[in-house]
Amino acid sequence: MSILVNKNTRVVVQGITGKEGSFHATQCKAYGTKVVAGVTPGKAGQEVEGIPVFNTVVEAVKKTGCDTSLIFVPPAFCADAILEAADAGIKLIICITEGIPVNDMVKVKRALRGRDVRLIGPNCPGVITVDEAKIGIMPGFIHKRGVVGVVSRSGTLTYEAVHQLSTLGLGETTCVGIGGDPVNGTGFVDVLPLFEKDPETQAIVMIGEIGGDAEEKAAEFIKQHVKKPVISFIAGITAPPGRRMGHAGAIISGGKGTAAEKMRALESAGVTVVKNPAEIGLAVKKALGR
Amino acid sequence: MNVHEFQAKSLFAQFGVPVPRGKEITSPEAAAAWANELDTPVFVVKAQIHAGGRGKAGGVKLTKDKGAVSGLAKELLGKTLVTHQTGPKGRVVRRLLVEEGANIAKELYLSILVDRDSGYPTFIASTEGGMEIEEVAAHTPEKIIKEAIDPAVGFQGHNGRNVAFALGLPQIEPAVLNPFVKLMENLYRLFMEKNAALVEINPLIITKEKTLIALDGKVSFDDNGLFKHSDVQQMRDLNEEEPLEIEATANNLNYVKLDGNIGCMVNGAGLAMATMDVIKLAGSEPANFLDVGGGATKETVAAGFRILLKDPNVKGIFINIFGGIVRCERIAHGVIEAAKEVRMTVPLVVRLQGTNAEEGRKLLAESGLKLDVADDLWEAAQKIVQLTGKAA
Repeated sequence: MSILVNKNTRVVVQGITGKEGSFHATQCKAYGTKVVAGVTPGKAGQEVEGIPVFNTVVEAVKKTGCDTSLIFVPPAFCADAILEAADAGIKLIICITEGIPVNDMVKVKRALRGRDVRLIGPNCPGVITVDEAKIGIMPGFIHKRGVVGVVSRSGTLTYEAVHQLSTLGLGETTCVGIGGDPVNGTGFVDVLPLFEKDPETQAIVMIGEIGGDAEEKAAEFIKQHVKKPVISFIAGITAPPGRRMGHAGAIISGGKGTAAEKMRALESAGVTVVKNPAEIGLAVKKALGR
Repeated sequence: MNVHEFQAKSLFAQFGVPVPRGKEITSPEAAAAWANELDTPVFVVKAQIHAGGRGKAGGVKLTKDKGAVSGLAKELLGKTLVTHQTGPKGRVVRRLLVEEGANIAKELYLSILVDRDSGYPTFIASTEGGMEIEEVAAHTPEKIIKEAIDPAVGFQGHNGRNVAFALGLPQIEPAVLNPFVKLMENLYRLFMEKNAALVEINPLIITKEKTLIALDGKVSFDDNGLFKHSDVQQMRDLNEEEPLEIEATANNLNYVKLDGNIGCMVNGAGLAMATMDVIKLAGSEPANFLDVGGGATKETVAAGFRILLKDPNVKGIFINIFGGIVRCERIAHGVIEAAKEVRMTVPLVVRLQGTNAEEGRKLLAESGLKLDVADDLWEAAQKIVQLTGKAA
């Protein structure tokens, strides 16, 4: 078992003829993901590594039965691309693009409200279910099938955690990057119940960072609904207030969103909070009694 | 991106939000000329820097004497203002806003930003104008009024009325009720149309003449939305930014200067923050945040090196790269070339992990450069701290 994506997931890559899109579509396919279609307006009839390209997502859905979209469209056109996927009946939209204006995402999030579609990202590494489907830009080879579910606001920091889990022989089920933007589609509280329900997942690693209150909300949720061990690291204990740390969402403003506050909230919910990011794997090992 | 008060107010005026008559001034002569033209009972001379707390730091002057305005301008221009937001070094005043004074009957607070949780643009209002809103929220949370705007339909009259009645405007001054609702609508348009991240009026005053005026204004913009607005881009004041940060931006690097001694260069924002945290855990302080991006190249590594070495506080450099799509041996080549080019004078620890890490480490070890190679994050952090000495 796994969450969100598996070997039967049929993927369309929006922006497949661009540099990023074609490279990563190829990588995902090589990992074993069923990448069945690509979309670039005006380029229908072309192929990228044997993947047929269509003009619209509607057409791609009709011809290939794709159900999940992976988006590499440039930021200025990305809101449109997300809504196009939703209107075409795509159920899971994974948006990698970084730099989408917040107000565009405000409108997208509102438009998706109450609809049967899940958006992951933007500004995220994507989702991988180990040995089944890689739908994103993460390096596949660092993953090893195992028992830990990973959910994270960050990219390379997730790779760091995954590397530790794989090296220690614990391995992962599914890893979900929810992205570093202030307004995104899927939050910790949406992913945690999926891991809680997944029989293969025995422990959950949750990687947060400064800014917003997603970690505090997650802590409340965990206290009520999560029985599996949760191990967490929050990046940015050394970050000064008022300065944006790379991610648009990683900023301490008005004295809110500090790492210390988030750690306290998580600890009080029974989460194992790791202070040293080099010890995430070890903490999971200990929590699982291995 | 932040802008000055005078720029915020010019945007307010553009969107129909009432502001005092005023002008940006950069010389005492211009101040004298503008004072003549303005001809008002009270003149206000305000230092323009990107930081709050200007009043307390002596950056705001009032006079009833038209002839005194140029003297006040002379006094403020070139002065270094130290406020609670500037840090101990302070900021040099290069421009002023000279405007007419107002007869204040009541001060309010009004701002709009995106609530991250709901994803809705949300107004925050309070009767406690002129105070720090964080203070109000901490001590008297019942005095904070919030109103979320549905972005699908935009601002509606009832949004404004909800806030106006919750503030008790009919009791304070009934004449401003409708103008207040209109002002909120205009502020919402400014916020959405210009891709602002925050629009704040503090204080928004009710005058003795029963009108509303935005007496102070702060606008900051979503960097991701700047490409849509050339007029806003032109408002950028490089004097208000850290020179090394400007250089980093020009090289497509994400750099934030901090106060410690260990320069760090990392790929990815989350890992960059985590690397800063590890340096602190190991007993020292990071000199910066530097994200060279998920697709780090030889060139970005070289540019990163140059920026780190320009910071005189840097006593050692820690490079932490987790190779995913980017291959570690390429990064190693970049490090070697850059280190030769810039002539390293401080200890360097390089930690490579991920794709082709083994090859990368071997290249570094055989390069003849004076550097330490590590494969584990904690080991690397301890090493650089050991080489540079713990923070005092």
